[in-house]
Amino acid sequence: MGASMKEIKLRIKSVQSTRQITKAMELVASSKIRRARERIERTEPYFNALYDTMSRIAYGKRDFSSPFIEPREQIKKVCYVIIAGDRGLAGGYNSNIMKLVESHIKEHGHPACAVPVGKKAAEYCQRTGMEILTDQYKLVESVAIGDCMEASYFLTNEFRKGAFDALYIVYTNFVSMLTQRPCAMQVLPVTYTKEAAKDDLTDMVLYEPSPEAVFDAVVPEYVSGIFYGALCQSYASEQAARRAAMDSASKNADDMIEDLSLKYNRARQGAITQEITEIVAGAEH
Amino acid sequence: MSVFHLKIVTADGEFFDGEAERVLVRTIDGDVCILAKHIPYLTALGMGECRVTGSDGETRRAACMGGMLSVMDNDVNLIATTFEWAEDIDVSRAERARQRAEALLQRHLHERDLELAQAKLKRALTRIQVGK
Repeated sequence: MGASMKEIKLRIKSVQSTRQITKAMELVASSKIRRARERIERTEPYFNALYDTMSRIAYGKRDFSSPFIEPREQIKKVCYVIIAGDRGLAGGYNSNIMKLVESHIKEHGHPACAVPVGKKAAEYCQRTGMEILTDQYKLVESVAIGDCMEASYFLTNEFRKGAFDALYIVYTNFVSMLTQRPCAMQVLPVTYTKEAAKDDLTDMVLYEPSPEAVFDAVVPEYVSGIFYGALCQSYASEQAARRAAMDSASKNADDMIEDLSLKYNRARQGAITQEITEIVAGAEH
Repeated sequence: MSVFHLKIVTADGEFFDGEAERVLVRTIDGDVCILAKHIPYLTALGMGECRVTGSDGETRRAACMGGMLSVMDNDVNLIATTFEWAEDIDVSRAERARQRAEALLQRHLHERDLELAQAKLKRALTRIQVGK
């Protein structure tokens, strides 16, 4: 009995120290979430205005063609910007993104290349042997709006050169604290959804100085805006996923501690009873 | 004077959302001024001063760099890379940025670095001009 008591005590200690870590991670994630949500709120009007404008342009009548709007006849290669986290221990956050990428590639059946953002995404691309265009953005936490701009110039240039024929951003949409949905969004060529371009534009849009010049300047801006927005969403989602995962881990640890304390007390009681029985038995003789 | 709905946004947040009489911005092709009932229009922005006249007739100045301006059904969206009202500009900081950029340009730079330094200088000069 003595040995099992000691064992249980050690287990409790180890569970307690694990719980301390998960609790601390939960608190860190909670405070990071607050900042991430503020950032989403700040960037949301920008993101929406950008998306609405581009959707309307893609939907409206045109008397010119731009490589950024017309879908290419033959899709030889697709590029994915995969936004995942730098660290694990965030529940299904990273694996959900990878699963989505895999199913997306399978569904469309085009050869793919990738720009991984975040350490986990880079590791995934290396593991699966996906062609990596650039791994400059390995650390998702250090990517700022300037980097988005740079990445977007690089991507639009590659797109124009024909290195790939479609560009998707795979990120996690921050729906609420409890739900985060991974999604793939087509960025290039520019697409529109019916809701975003609900009102029929009967008038032609005037482009100054010329449609080509405007598109050359505006499309990188658009891509970088979408990229930054997706990054903000993903970052908030990562923290929310981590918070939820760590919360349930702490709860599990609590349950385990409770269970083990019960066992410990039982073992202790058993040992005492046994001792008393032994003493009584000794006295009777 | 008739007004239109103007919205100015950047990645740092919303700067203006309301009725305006006119807005003047520097595009990649020169200055344009948008009044109410403009036809659908899209242009890319350069670096320069932006003047917004609100429905109360008061004009505010700002430094506006990069982005786009779109007009759709009397709705004007100014989506800028950076946008700062004149009163928010830190002139001494811009002055320091100008000196740094000028020092950079003294040296022999590669094409890409040269472009970046020139853009930096231009941004600083725009800020200084608007902020003063």
